[in-house]
Amino acid sequence: MLDNGYIKQRLTEQFTDQVTGFDEPYGMLSFESLKDLNLKVLQFLYDDPDLRFQFLTDLTAVHYPHQKRRELAVVYHLHNLVDNIRIRYKVFTDIENPDVFTATKLFSSANWMERETYDFYGINFVGHPNLKRILNVDEMNYFPMRKEFPLEDQTRIDKDDAMFGR
Amino acid sequence: MTEQHIKLPEGSIEKTTTTLNLGPTHPATHGVFQNILALDGERIVSAEQTVGYIHRAFEKIAERRPLYQITPLTDRLNYCSSPINNMGWHLVCEKLLRIKTPKRVDYMRVIIMELARISDHLICNSVVGVDSGAFTGFLYVMQYRELIYEIYEEICGSRLTTNMGRIGGFERNFNATVFEKLEKFLKEYPGVLREFENLLTRNRIFMDRTIGTGGISAERALNYGFTGPNLRAAGVDYDVRVHTPYSSYEDFDFAIPVGKTGDTYDRFLVRNHEMWESLKIVEQAYRKVQEFKGADAEVYHADVPEYFLPKKSDVYTKMEALIWHFKIVMGETEIPPGEVYSSVEGGNGELGFYLISDGGRAPYRLHFRRPCFIYYQAYSEMTMGSMLSDAVLTMSSLNLIAGEMDA
Repeated sequence: MLDNGYIKQRLTEQFTDQVTGFDEPYGMLSFESLKDLNLKVLQFLYDDPDLRFQFLTDLTAVHYPHQKRRELAVVYHLHNLVDNIRIRYKVFTDIENPDVFTATKLFSSANWMERETYDFYGINFVGHPNLKRILNVDEMNYFPMRKEFPLEDQTRIDKDDAMFGR
Repeated sequence: MTEQHIKLPEGSIEKTTTTLNLGPTHPATHGVFQNILALDGERIVSAEQTVGYIHRAFEKIAERRPLYQITPLTDRLNYCSSPINNMGWHLVCEKLLRIKTPKRVDYMRVIIMELARISDHLICNSVVGVDSGAFTGFLYVMQYRELIYEIYEEICGSRLTTNMGRIGGFERNFNATVFEKLEKFLKEYPGVLREFENLLTRNRIFMDRTIGTGGISAERALNYGFTGPNLRAAGVDYDVRVHTPYSSYEDFDFAIPVGKTGDTYDRFLVRNHEMWESLKIVEQAYRKVQEFKGADAEVYHADVPEYFLPKKSDVYTKMEALIWHFKIVMGETEIPPGEVYSSVEGGNGELGFYLISDGGRAPYRLHFRRPCFIYYQAYSEMTMGSMLSDAVLTMSSLNLIAGEMDA
């Protein structure tokens, strides 16, 4: 019976202590591993005849500026369409060397999703065929979704903060 | 555009490829996105897409807005069916806050979402007609899209970007005019859809232009992350409404049309059949909503005063309502920290919302899983080797909405 407990058991059998952080927020199994293992874990989840997580629903990143050496998290949402189970897999990387192996060989949909993640967070996907900015202008030299980047242009002098209730 | 010297196949008349810039502003691209095509005569050798012309930084803005202020942002994703985006957002908030909506609210939401789906598919199908030269269909069905917009206007005040509903339900009950317009729609629309079908479905020219072009196999479609009518046209019956029913979809009886080859004609037919199925769902939902009588018929939101703004007349007269209003607007209500992913079946496929809350009134991170963005990657593979005119039809049959692509 494919359920969260079984998936956790198979993952811990295969990867022993390298997969950690098992949790089930709102019913979805969520776990993490070291970033060097991301392709191995994704391939295992794809190939295994019981698990069959062959649909990449979403690939995105989150910035946690206060977790030292684990600031950027790449989050994969995988979906087993046959048994209708979803899981969430995260890899953390530090912000000084944000290199993560690309998943494009396994999932073609990861191509643009990784470009968007690179555009917003600056994560370098090693092995990506075309890693350049996708939604922002090519000349941009900062990564806008990182928390230190302000929402608004700080150099504007025409908007009076007092009137805008900030 | 990078300089690539593309080797032309043996026997080519041309010596080098022609570079053609399709977009960003072009009558055939529905929205702002660009395709740089390298053509060998009229056949496409390679296509490079540029998106991001309408990127409005929704995910960044959402980090600074309380949950109820993000609804207008979600409107502007797939703006042809914005009620679906709104309801999807409310559903993910309700999942986070563990709010259960009453059945009547669910059925009202289903009516709105299916009307939005009909509107979206109608635009897509009639635009496929326009791109192949048949303008009449587009203008003729416009009248019924107008009726749908009038129904939205009665419910929430706006026609296109609706900002409809609240976390927990709707801001007001459906009044008698809504039901009148809905009845008119249910009576007149089937005849119109039948006439529209007659125009294109067995039309020799349309069939010759669309059958066999822009196809994609089911395996490639799944690998590219296709969802929605485009995936169903390729043969995979994945529909979020059936897979993970939300908003009481399990109470309705409807079929999921599935195609075979994933070409333009299949996509057109799948959308057409989905409009008929949506019409069935709207009829069933309408009857179910009418079955609620008396006090039950006044229910239009869940009983969650912590998240649902009270009626303005109560705010001015009752103490509790005043306090709740203050707390909600100032962000003093309890939002539990946590991560949740929830999705709905949008007009183009699985529209997902990944919401991370840290307990504050604005999300810590909100990510929209936008189906258009994900499946547009496959466009170069789908149009490889086809003629330019087929490529244009493929693009319009994919129902690419720039707002959803760029967010």
